[in-house]
Amino acid sequence: MSTQRSALRCLRALLTAVALIATRAHGAETDRIVAVGGAITEIFYALERQDRLVAIDTTSLYPPQALKEKANVGYFRALSAEGVLSTRPSLVLALQGAGPPPAIQSLIDAGVRVATIPDSPSAQGVVAKIEAVGRAADANDAAARLAADVRARFDELAALRSRITTKRRALFVLSLQNGRPLVGGRGTAADAIITLAGGENVAADIEGYKPMTLEAVAATAPETIVMMGTDAPPPDVFSLPGFSGVPAAQTRSLFIRDGLYLIGFGPRAPQAARELMAAFYPDAPVLSSPLDGDR
Amino acid sequence: MTAVVEPDTTAIARFVERRRRRFLIVASGLAAICVITFVLALANGAVAIPPGKTLHILIGAIVDHAALAGDRDALVLLDLRLPRVLLGLEVGAALAASGALMQGLFRNPLADPGLIGVSSGAALAAAATIVLGDRLLAGAGEAVPFALLPIGAFCGGLITTLLIYAIATRAGRTSMATMLLAGVALSAFAGAATSLLAFLSDDRQLRDLTFWSLGSLNGASWNKTAIVAAIVTPLLLAAPLLGRALNALALGEAEAFHLGIRVQRIKAATILLVALAVGASVAAAGVVGFVGVVAPHIVRLATGPDHRRLLPLAMMLGGALLVAADAFARVLAAPAELPLGVLTATIGSPFFLWLLLRRNRSVWS
Repeated sequence: MSTQRSALRCLRALLTAVALIATRAHGAETDRIVAVGGAITEIFYALERQDRLVAIDTTSLYPPQALKEKANVGYFRALSAEGVLSTRPSLVLALQGAGPPPAIQSLIDAGVRVATIPDSPSAQGVVAKIEAVGRAADANDAAARLAADVRARFDELAALRSRITTKRRALFVLSLQNGRPLVGGRGTAADAIITLAGGENVAADIEGYKPMTLEAVAATAPETIVMMGTDAPPPDVFSLPGFSGVPAAQTRSLFIRDGLYLIGFGPRAPQAARELMAAFYPDAPVLSSPLDGDR
Repeated sequence: MTAVVEPDTTAIARFVERRRRRFLIVASGLAAICVITFVLALANGAVAIPPGKTLHILIGAIVDHAALAGDRDALVLLDLRLPRVLLGLEVGAALAASGALMQGLFRNPLADPGLIGVSSGAALAAAATIVLGDRLLAGAGEAVPFALLPIGAFCGGLITTLLIYAIATRAGRTSMATMLLAGVALSAFAGAATSLLAFLSDDRQLRDLTFWSLGSLNGASWNKTAIVAAIVTPLLLAAPLLGRALNALALGEAEAFHLGIRVQRIKAATILLVALAVGASVAAAGVVGFVGVVAPHIVRLATGPDHRRLLPLAMMLGGALLVAADAFARVLAAPAELPLGVLTATIGSPFFLWLLLRRNRSVWS
């Protein structure tokens, strides 16, 4: 038992030494950053500091060139310590939830600086992300400008929201495998974006992403269905039992956007919320006017 | 001579009569339980509909369907709850009958429909649809994604079973031992492949996989209920006809053959029926454990091992058990849903243990 443990300790020390030598050999490269989490990569590109990135993860789908230009260390919840180390990073910027924890610990043991960026689906959360990435990317001024811009857009959104008298009832459907809805309840990024867009989440009685009874779908009578989509044509949601009779089916109100855009809470979050708001209130021109300086 | 034989015949006759009476009592009891469960499941759900309104809607559905148009309660009751409860009956009955057939065929109290690979094959196909479906279907039509999973699961289960059957059959004879081992091997392989797919999946797909593997009757529709009925009904009708053959098989294959049972045919027919019925059940409801294994045992404890009686009673109990579990799944966490597999096991297993302890005798006797 103890020999095994000491052997493991030796191995870990050896690996650390190898990793240290590897980093020393490229001592000049202080800015070899690995971004783990789509929103982080997005901020790097928005700050035009993408040259500091050596690798990103598979959730970094925006801007589209990111995954072509940078090495890919895999899915952010299933990182391999060795894979990340092979990119000889000086810093790993990981979105909260990145893991698994042993892989993160191995990175730290190997002498890599790992900074965890909190991921809170709110206006303040996006600003905090931008500021944290700005510090790491040595771009505080650009980050301050971007953060101010994002904050202004959120404030504008809040002003529009205050004019809404009757909130639009919306349901976020994460998936519909075999006609079974998995919906976004309280505490989810889906709930946050609906609220930011001035809507009311009809699944707020549910915590997290959970299956919802079709009866409850019919009873909560959502006026808009919100889904994450790909390039595929929109699924025929309203032909399904439970969905066929809801108010959203009458107006065929289905809002589908890319997942990172819609619930990733990166710098495009105000724009996503604004678009969703326009879909919620199509008859209120004040609310549906396009955002200034659209990106 | 007659003086010696006579008391024996009366003893046997009395035993047969006792068993017959017992069967009638249990059968009528189970029928009552089925009806009560059905009514209660229909009367309860996430949406509260007063009993009077429920009755009104049900009568209205038969008498004047058009008058109910636009009524939300009518939509919930007729389009969501009724097909769901019926689907529960079908799936529960099919799983319990399949379990009883497998236990008889393998002459093993632990046999369940999963033994011939239907469940693991269906699970693998479902996982493949969930994880790879989005990519493969980027250009496909609108309605396809919703039907893809059940169709895939059904085909996956059937293909796996046929493969296992082919492996175990040599020169027109199927070895049950080989079949069992082939089932174990292919199930392990399918399990590994499913895990690989889980590894490749993202958060959303992983959630889908998890909830699918826990089973649910959510997503029931009249279409689904009708399709499952079309596949499952032959099994439900044919199963009791296999009772005599399975009783003979309990003595051993050679003995059954000498009693005039066409053993190979019975094996092939049983396996095909089970594969079809379980495949359809898994496709519609996901993997629902426990019902298939334990419903037949509960009935066996009550009425004895005669398959002619065991099969119809097990179907009734299986149907009632699943409908009851699903009613709890719909109501307990409403508007969310509890996984069905969790409830079948939590409701069924304490009851089963209580029965075992109370009867204090072998399940097989």
